[in-house]
Amino acid sequence: MPTLRDIRKKIKAIQGTKKITSAMKMVAAAKLRKVQDSMLRYRPYATKMQQVLADLAGAVETRGDVPPILLRRPVKTVEVLVMTSDKGLCGAFNTNILRAAHKEINRLKGEGLNIVLSVVGRKARDYFKRRDFQLKNVWTGISGKLQYTHAQMIAQEMINAYVTEAVDEVVVIFNEFKSVIAQRVVINRLLPIGRIDSTPAEQPTFIPFTYEPRAPELFAMLLPIYIEIQIYRALLESQAAEEAARMTAMDNATKNCDELIRKTTLLANKVRQASITKELMDIVGGVEALKQSEG
Amino acid sequence: MENKLTLEVITPYGELINEQVDEVYATGAEGDFGVFPGHCAFMTALRIGSLSYKKDGQTQYVFINRGYCEVLNDRVLVLVGSAEKVEEIDVERAKAALARAEERLRKAQAGEADIDHARAQAALERATIRIQLATKLIPR
Repeated sequence: MPTLRDIRKKIKAIQGTKKITSAMKMVAAAKLRKVQDSMLRYRPYATKMQQVLADLAGAVETRGDVPPILLRRPVKTVEVLVMTSDKGLCGAFNTNILRAAHKEINRLKGEGLNIVLSVVGRKARDYFKRRDFQLKNVWTGISGKLQYTHAQMIAQEMINAYVTEAVDEVVVIFNEFKSVIAQRVVINRLLPIGRIDSTPAEQPTFIPFTYEPRAPELFAMLLPIYIEIQIYRALLESQAAEEAARMTAMDNATKNCDELIRKTTLLANKVRQASITKELMDIVGGVEALKQSEG
Repeated sequence: MENKLTLEVITPYGELINEQVDEVYATGAEGDFGVFPGHCAFMTALRIGSLSYKKDGQTQYVFINRGYCEVLNDRVLVLVGSAEKVEEIDVERAKAALARAEERLRKAQAGEADIDHARAQAALERATIRIQLATKLIPR
């Protein structure tokens, strides 16, 4: 039977933990709001740029000059880009993505393809290093201070690898932010660019633009931006999903603390009552004994 | 009413500028260009450089990164990876970046380090233009 003092100490400890987890939950909520705000600010740029590229693609298609990053070739080597977080304490966020990534890699290997692996986030780096994977690129320290230049840097690496034919396909695996309680693992092909998605053009009529440089060259200059846009979106999604997962995990931890405190308090009360009962019995026993010796 | 241009500068961090202006100048892939109301439909890529616009006789300068520009029906749409108004430029940071880029290029020339030449060159260019803009060295 633990002593009352021990139990009280334990309750204090749990209360301390609860304070930390509920503070972390609030921090995660604030960060999530920040990322969501960035996503909102980012939307006009992404949609307009996609629109421009889709229009240009239409203008260029008819002429037959295809930029190299649109060209498809037989796939022998696939680059896999996995996005995780740097820090833990976010529930199954990293486990889910790493399990999905590992499965996808095994599937691709099963098809006889070579795999080149690049990762974002410490968690992915540690996971794959422990399993003796070769990592081509490792980007850490991005979460929390994500900039568009990060996406540009990553896009540049991927495009270089594709254009120099070091890899024949690039896929990205990341957590998509569905809602605060739901994240979804997404596997997207980045390169080669298939069709450029966009909303239907506002003005379907042909506009005689003056292109400078000529349309095919302009298109080739702007195409890397399409990759940047997708990578930046994936990074934003992943961050939002991370903070949402952390928020949920910390919320659950706080609830567990409440439950533990309730149970431990119950135990403390029982122990206290037991000791009072014991003392009473001792006193009563003593009185009885005295009575008997007097009488 | 006199004809005006609508200038929109949009970056991944949001809309930087959305104003009615009189004239716009920018650095295109094939040289500087100017836009007045009534300009023909025009599309170009933008280089790292400066964008300026005139409004009520006042000229404002903006630093822009690589990007895209289109002119259509008196609307100038600029989509760039990053852009800063002159008063928002952090000169100290730009100076530090300039020193860093110069150092890297020097090392590369001396064969001491293997670096990404294009990236260092771009960093040098960005820093130089930021400093020039912030210290009003670019006359128009």
